[in-house]
Amino acid sequence: MCGIIGLLVRDPAQRQTLGSLIVPMFACMAERGPDSAGLGVFGEPLGEGLRRYSLFAPGERPDWPQLASQLEAQTGSSGRITVQDNHAELASPVSPARLREFLGTFRPRVELLGIGRQLDVFKDTGDPAEIARRYDFGHLEGSHCVGHTRMATESAVSPAHAHPFTAGEDFCLVHNGSLSNPYMLRRKLEAEGLHFETDNDSEAACRLIEWHLRRGASDVRQALEAAVEEMDGFYTLLVADGRQLTLVRDAFACKPAVVAETDAYVAISSEFRSLAHLPGISQANIFEPLPEVIYSWNV
Amino acid sequence: MTAPRVLDLATLGVRELNQYLHHELPGSGIARVDILHPDGRHNIAVGLDADVDVDIRGHAGYFTAGMNKRARVTVHGNVGWSVAENIMSGRVHVRGNASECAGASGHGGLLVIDGDASSRCGISMKGCDIVVGGSVGHVSAFMAQAGRLVVCGDAAAGLGDSLYEAVIYVRGTLHGLGADARVEPMSERDLGDVGELLKQAGFDYRPQEFQRVASARSLYHWNSEVHQEY
Repeated sequence: MCGIIGLLVRDPAQRQTLGSLIVPMFACMAERGPDSAGLGVFGEPLGEGLRRYSLFAPGERPDWPQLASQLEAQTGSSGRITVQDNHAELASPVSPARLREFLGTFRPRVELLGIGRQLDVFKDTGDPAEIARRYDFGHLEGSHCVGHTRMATESAVSPAHAHPFTAGEDFCLVHNGSLSNPYMLRRKLEAEGLHFETDNDSEAACRLIEWHLRRGASDVRQALEAAVEEMDGFYTLLVADGRQLTLVRDAFACKPAVVAETDAYVAISSEFRSLAHLPGISQANIFEPLPEVIYSWNV
Repeated sequence: MTAPRVLDLATLGVRELNQYLHHELPGSGIARVDILHPDGRHNIAVGLDADVDVDIRGHAGYFTAGMNKRARVTVHGNVGWSVAENIMSGRVHVRGNASECAGASGHGGLLVIDGDASSRCGISMKGCDIVVGGSVGHVSAFMAQAGRLVVCGDAAAGLGDSLYEAVIYVRGTLHGLGADARVEPMSERDLGDVGELLKQAGFDYRPQEFQRVASARSLYHWNSEVHQEY
C-alpha cells in the first residue's frame, strides 16, 4: 500500500497556497505509506539557459555553498543555491552531464533527484510528517505538484527507492501499485541506452513513459497510451510535467484514486479523507477515475 | 420523536464513536443518531446491532456500516471501498456514489446506492439485496451466491462472472457479461421482486424495463469431457 497525492492550482494568483493545501493531504496519506515520502513541485520556470537541480545528501548536511563555489571553480558555471537541510536547489547554467560528472568526481554522496526549469524534487526515508516539516512543504509555491507516501512491498526502503521518480527534465511520477513486468521493461529500455538508478518497478514505469515522450509522443497522455500497452500489473500512476497532471489506473482498478475538481484547483488522492480539508470541497466535483481511462489537467 | 443524539467526529474518534454505538446505544431508548464531520474517515458505524436510525452527514470512507444488523444507516454523501460489507440485516442507504466492493459478501438486509457504484459491487454477496440508482463498475456480482442486485443504470464489463444463485437485474446497457452469466427472460416473479425492491429503495422505474442476468450453471460441475489442457 502507498498513498499518492496531486494538486494543480488553477488560479495563478493562488499559487502561493500550494504548500499549505498539500501538507494536510500529505500527512493524512502517511497512514498508507509510513516508510518514505517525497514531493515533486513545479514552480515558475527559470530563465533561458538555466536549470534547477534538486540535490540531496542522504543522512548528512554538506556545506552546500561550498559545493556551489567548487562547482564554479571546476566547471566555470556559477550557481545560486537554496538550502533546506540536506536538500538544496541549485539554479545554474551548467549542463546535466557536466554536473553529473562533477558530482561523481567531487561529491559522490550527493544525489541528483531532479532536473528541469520548473521542477524541484524532495524525497527521503522516514516519517512523512517529519519530511514535510524538514523541507517546509507548507511554504512551497507552484502551479502543481505530486506527492507520495510509501509502504515498500517490492524493493528496498531507501531514499533512492522513494517517490517521485524522475527522468529527463521537468518530468516526474508517483505510483501506487506493483508492476509484474518491470524487468522486461527495463531490459527493453537498457537496450535503448537508458540508465537505471534502482531496481524499483516504478522507476521502470517512469523511464518508459518519459522515453515515449522523447520518442515523439505529443504529450504525457499519448506517452501513457503507449506505456499502458506495455505495463503489466497494478497501478494508479500520477505523472507530472511542466504542462499537465496526468492520471491513469490499471484495467482492474486495483489501486484507489479520488479526484476533486473546483474552479480553483484539481486535487487527486488515494483516498477522499485526505481531500476533506480543502476549501470549497463540499461544492467540488468529486469522482473516482475509471480504469484505463487517462485523465489530464492542463496547467 | 425525540431529538437525535449528535456525535461529531471533528472531536470524537471513530473508535469511541463505534464503542458508543455498540455498548451504550442499545437499550438506551435513543432512536436516532446523527454523525457529523465524517470527512472520509474509515470504519464509521461498523458492527451495529440495534434498532436505530443513523445519519452520517457527509462523505464517509472505507467499510462504512460494515456487518450491519437491524440498524438503518443513511450516508448523506459518498462512501469509499466496501460500504455495508457483510451486511446481515437492516438497511444501508448511500445518497451519493459508492466506491469499489459495495455490499461485498452481504448476507441479508438491503443496500441502496442512489448514485453509481464502482467495480466489484456485490462481489460474493450471500443473500443481501442491493439496489443501485446509477451504474455499476466492472465485475460486479462476481461469484455472488444468493440475493439480488438491481442496477437502474448500466453495468460495466464482466457482470456476474462465475455467478452462483444470486440474480442481477439491469435496466441500462450491459457492457459485457462474465463467464457463465447469461441473460434470461423476466418471469412474473422477477417482475414482482424488482417492483418490490425498487419500491423499497425509492426508485420510480418500471420492472418491465429490466433484464434478468443469472448463472448458466455450466461452471457448477467438473466436465471431464473437456480437454484438460491449460
